[in-house]
Amino acid sequence: MISTAIFGIENSGTLAITAMLTGVALVFLALWVAKLISPRSYNLQKGEAYECGIPTRGESMAQFHIGYYLFAILFLMFDVETVFLFPWAVTMRTLGVDGLLCIAVFFGVLVLGLVYAWRKGALEWK
Amino acid sequence: MQALFLDTTGVHTLLTETLNLQPWLAVTIECLLVGVGLLLVYSVLALIYIYYERKICAAFQCRLGPNRVGPWGLLQSIADMFKMLIKEIIHLQHIDRFLFALAPYLVIIASMLAFAVLPWGDGLQIIDFNIGIFFLIAVSSIGVLGILLAGWSSNNKFTLIGSLRSGAQMVSYELSIGLTVLTMVCLAGSMSVSDICAEQSDLWFIFKGHVPALIAFVIYMIAGTAETNRGPFDLPEAESELTAGYHTEYSGIHFGFFYLAEYLNLFVVSGVASLLFLGGWQPLHFPGWDTFNGIMDYCPGTVWFLAKCFALSFVIIWFKWTYPRLRIDQLLSLEWKYLLPINLFNLVLMVIVIVYGLHF
Repeated sequence: MISTAIFGIENSGTLAITAMLTGVALVFLALWVAKLISPRSYNLQKGEAYECGIPTRGESMAQFHIGYYLFAILFLMFDVETVFLFPWAVTMRTLGVDGLLCIAVFFGVLVLGLVYAWRKGALEWK
Repeated sequence: MQALFLDTTGVHTLLTETLNLQPWLAVTIECLLVGVGLLLVYSVLALIYIYYERKICAAFQCRLGPNRVGPWGLLQSIADMFKMLIKEIIHLQHIDRFLFALAPYLVIIASMLAFAVLPWGDGLQIIDFNIGIFFLIAVSSIGVLGILLAGWSSNNKFTLIGSLRSGAQMVSYELSIGLTVLTMVCLAGSMSVSDICAEQSDLWFIFKGHVPALIAFVIYMIAGTAETNRGPFDLPEAESELTAGYHTEYSGIHFGFFYLAEYLNLFVVSGVASLLFLGGWQPLHFPGWDTFNGIMDYCPGTVWFLAKCFALSFVIIWFKWTYPRLRIDQLLSLEWKYLLPINLFNLVLMVIVIVYGLHF
């Protein structure tokens, strides 16, 4: 038998929050213990950026390749479309042919989007 | 099969009836117990995983690996954790303090929440939503935020490049993970983790789902390796280019959190793979083979689950020592030009298999 409740807690949300707080507690406690037992010594040089030994030149929060941004946008598009496919996947058997036809149109649009992005050269890393 | 089943209702009756506590107090105590248990399993598993990986890496390179601390070096990772605790946490001048401190919390929370969804056995599961597997994908993507924040707030060129690479990589491969999960959800007809396990009690999905399940499994393993920043996909922390990638500026236990989360994510990825394709905690069953199924049932579900996770993690670690590191353009073209189209095609194939009832 699969029981859906641990102890008497029937609400999975409570358990999810418990798990989240456990994560917070782990980081907080470990940091606290580390601060108690670890040595501390001040040195100006230690606080500098870990790069190559000589002082950093220029801004560290520098400009970066536009490609990263482009792929993030593409991801956003496809991920949202996957999210829309999930409810259909669960009810696929009950929706039958109607659901299948509707989702085929939606899926076609998704594939067209990929083909368009590909043809436009958005998937190339220049 | 029930050998490792935890009878939690006993504790509940003890708290509410024998001790006669208020309901809110009982729930709080139970939540605390769950939290402590989760914390223990999480950290012990991470330590075991660190030891496991180091031993396997050593075997691949014809070394002995850790063998001094404790018998067969078993206490090595405990010693390492203790060492991290007593290291100084260096106070940097050039960082964004708030975001720098926030990043480890996000990374740990993401892996902890994903970890709590995994089914360890019959009813041995902490969070059991009816959208369990969807919840798992959602929370595991919080980890990307932690990594991006870590790299950005460190105000260092290496960390910035590392975190951007990591962001592009994790975000891209998440798409593949989402689509393979979608393919398997089509077959299972449910997103609840316990339902997916129950569906596989007669035959695992990798056998049930015919060819599409097999393709989905291969894609999942590739995408999962990329998602954990491991193996041939370790460019976010490519040590020969970026010193240590996004966690270069973290010291002591602060770095330890990223280390811990990385190993736990390896476990979570293998856990989800075993849940979706290899039946979760279900023993190996074949319809009609009653004697064989009976023999398989002697082994408890938790042991099955752990064995599958360790075996799949072995494969992921194996990737690391087999393939050279990819370049960022190769990495993205692998995902967007190969895995994604194959994945979309595979989804159609799975739908055809289900509609015509070709699955077993």
